[in-house]
Amino acid sequence: MNTIIGRRAFLQGTAGLVVTFTIPCGAQASPATLDPEKVDAYLAIAPDGSATVYAGKVDLGTGARVAIPQIVAEELGMRPERIALVEGDTALTPNQGGTGGSTGIMVGGMQIRQAAATARQGLITLAAARLNQPAETLDTADGAVVPRAGGPGVGFGALVGGGRFDLAVDKNVKPKNPDNYKVVGKSLPRPDLPAKLTGRHDYVQDIRVDGMLHARVIRAPAIGASLRSVDAASIAHIPGAQVVRVKDFLAVVAPREWDAVRAMRALRASWSETAGLSGSQTLFDTVRNTPVARSETLRNIGDAASVFAQGGRVMTASYRWPIQSHASMGPSCAVADIRAGGGTVWTAAQGTHRLRQVISQLLGLDAAKLRLIYQDGSGSYGGNGNDDVAFEAALISRELSRPVRVQWMREDDLGWDPKGPPQLLDLRAALNAAGDVMAWETVAMVPQNNPAPTGTPLIAAVAAGLVDGSGMSSGQTAANSDPPYLFANVRADIKWLAATPLRPSALRAPGKIGNVFAVECFVDEIAAATQADPLQFRLSRLKDPRAIEVLTRVGQMMAWKPRTTPRPVSDWRGGAVLRGRGISYMRYKQNENYVAMGMEVEVERSSGKVRVTRVFCAHDCGQMINPDNVRAQVEGSIIQTISRTLLEEVKFDASRVTTTDWSSYPILAFPDVPKLEIALIDRPHERALGAGEAATAPVAAALGNAVFDATGARLREAPFTPARVKAALAASV
Amino acid sequence: MTALTLRVNGRDRTVDLGDPDTPLLYVLRDDFALHGPKFGCGLGQCGSCAVIVDGQAVRSCMTKAASVAGKTIVTLEGLGSPDKPSKVQAAFIAEAAAQCGYCTNGMIMTATALLGRNPRPSEAEVRTALASNLCRCGSHVRVVAAVLRAAKEG
Ligand code: FES
Ligand code: FES
Repeated sequence: MNTIIGRRAFLQGTAGLVVTFTIPCGAQASPATLDPEKVDAYLAIAPDGSATVYAGKVDLGTGARVAIPQIVAEELGMRPERIALVEGDTALTPNQGGTGGSTGIMVGGMQIRQAAATARQGLITLAAARLNQPAETLDTADGAVVPRAGGPGVGFGALVGGGRFDLAVDKNVKPKNPDNYKVVGKSLPRPDLPAKLTGRHDYVQDIRVDGMLHARVIRAPAIGASLRSVDAASIAHIPGAQVVRVKDFLAVVAPREWDAVRAMRALRASWSETAGLSGSQTLFDTVRNTPVARSETLRNIGDAASVFAQGGRVMTASYRWPIQSHASMGPSCAVADIRAGGGTVWTAAQGTHRLRQVISQLLGLDAAKLRLIYQDGSGSYGGNGNDDVAFEAALISRELSRPVRVQWMREDDLGWDPKGPPQLLDLRAALNAAGDVMAWETVAMVPQNNPAPTGTPLIAAVAAGLVDGSGMSSGQTAANSDPPYLFANVRADIKWLAATPLRPSALRAPGKIGNVFAVECFVDEIAAATQADPLQFRLSRLKDPRAIEVLTRVGQMMAWKPRTTPRPVSDWRGGAVLRGRGISYMRYKQNENYVAMGMEVEVERSSGKVRVTRVFCAHDCGQMINPDNVRAQVEGSIIQTISRTLLEEVKFDASRVTTTDWSSYPILAFPDVPKLEIALIDRPHERALGAGEAATAPVAAALGNAVFDATGARLREAPFTPARVKAALAASV
Repeated sequence: MTALTLRVNGRDRTVDLGDPDTPLLYVLRDDFALHGPKFGCGLGQCGSCAVIVDGQAVRSCMTKAASVAGKTIVTLEGLGSPDKPSKVQAAFIAEAAAQCGYCTNGMIMTATALLGRNPRPSEAEVRTALASNLCRCGSHVRVVAAVLRAAKEG
């Protein structure tokens, strides 16, 4: 039975890290404060000198569970295996904001580093008095404050064990010099893998609470349909099955999980006829015709408009990025136990503190009496169905005054998760006689960020009549729609659209993949039109040495020989399989990671099937805490985005999403996963940036550029389905 | 109620099935508290729910529990433990061949069955054997490396 209160991971063992989960006891059960300005919110030292770190950011399969203890171990001067980590529990951890936008280490880890650096100074001050030695002569090592000159020191446990620091996090304390790092920068193993890989790890899907009922939600046959009637007798034959209805929200519960599934399938209900969607066939007409809620100029250098007004050689192109699903491997799931105005929700949501506010507001609960406990789920890649399912569990539990587990089915997750929204970009470039880019213009069309007070409206909250469905937000979708190159006149305008066909949310690297696809393919178009080598074209228009280094590295990895693109016709005409190479570059949000990407592809002419054979990536995220974790994130970013580029497109008819299983919404599988060559550039003295998203952003562009190089056909709409590729091939000959 | 006895991880265990068509996955997860096999699709498309029945990797979401009575069923828990992982599990740990780890049950069970019939597979054979096992996080490269490592160390 897993009624887990304050569960935490203790890292232990000597040869590498081994994790065990234990129920905490005694003084360390909860921190002294949740105030994120205070050291005690992040760190507690036990009498035995071991430490507990409380992190509002969570490990989403990303390795933060070892990286954050590494940061603390380094700053404090203690062994990482003496540090336990508590993540994302609203009762135990400070609100550090959600774990999204690659902020886990970049923001959360750095707050914790500063708290640990402050704590170290506090420990030294205490020890100075205790040892009667000047603070400047003291250092920390292996869990103790010790005189630099040698001699006896005093352990952390003896100094503050079981007590509190009572210190504000001091922004002026200088963290350790990276030249002296012993723990940060090492690929320590992830502590959770042995349990995960032997079936001993509790995912949110595995939580069972005494007296719990299993629930399944019944979806309307059309988005926005209202529920006319329910025939409860239609499930009377299923033991213990029961209908739960709140206005248009409909669910079934049963003591046995399979019975809840059977009841979901057997239940007869009558819904209103609704067919209000425009359909995916005409998606980009819909996007183009959507009213603009607000315009914003993202970048304005020089005076692009007057250059275009002069006429001359102008290139134009429109790029399209489709609606995509988070497509988590495990459908979203949550367990809730709500009674007497409060309760507990077990959830894999990326932002437990924010979600606590949302749920308590929607259900009229006192937020202080509601506890959300983060429990690992299937990878979420942004705002998948986790927020929805947590609210559904809370709503049903409140209705029944019983603990309830809601498990989405496959069709719930692919059909009803909020989606990565469509993007449409119109690009223009004015070239002079020498082929230089005199002006660049981007007009990007993406749905506005107009969150309701409760964020992206939750399906059940709308169905239950608790909120309207008008709010929306999908992250920083405008970033990287401007080119990173030294062009004299650049203008990038964003048209924030008033609506979008399907409920949007943040999907990994929101907007950046589509934007870089457009910008970096269009740059390739310009290079091709001006007979320039695509790598040289880029390198000669960058001046940041870190940008130049990633591109140069990829060029070396690919043994790049300068030439124009596409590959000369004599090379490929008549071949059954066409081969090409492509590159792309971007700096994430124009102020974070530097990533260059190279790809080699094969295009089968008869079928139009594109295969990526090799990928080359150079990645600079500044200081790396745990290089193997960074590598894993880069690998995953590349593979997932190849999948999104080649295969993924949410389709919908007038009523609802129709791509609701893995055959209608396929993702990349083993036979099509390419070889990856990844160069991680470590810069210990630079700011530590995130690694969960940046490498996704240049993938589609490199792939499109490689297909062009192979075939001479320019793909301006993802996914690159065989039908689309064949049509482009036919048009380009 | 239909009483059903299954031999799981070397032990006979009995369950009162409500619906005689209950899939094996629900019996393992809910009645036997074996959480290694995961619910991913319930459609036989992803492999998250794989278990080994008489040496073959099967999808427990599509297998009626009643149909495997008298057979030998092994789940992820039955292969090994954190202290004593199986050869394949140890190779996955060594290669850090999981991100969220939700799909990994299917990878390990399918690879274990593969190595049972083909102890020295080529990389292409590994990829083919795993062709219908999906992973969203992109752990594929490490999964292949882990299976090849397990084969080499076998
Ligand atoms: S859950 Fe059984 S194959 Fe997907
Ligand atoms: S590791 Fe997350 S789905 Fe495979």
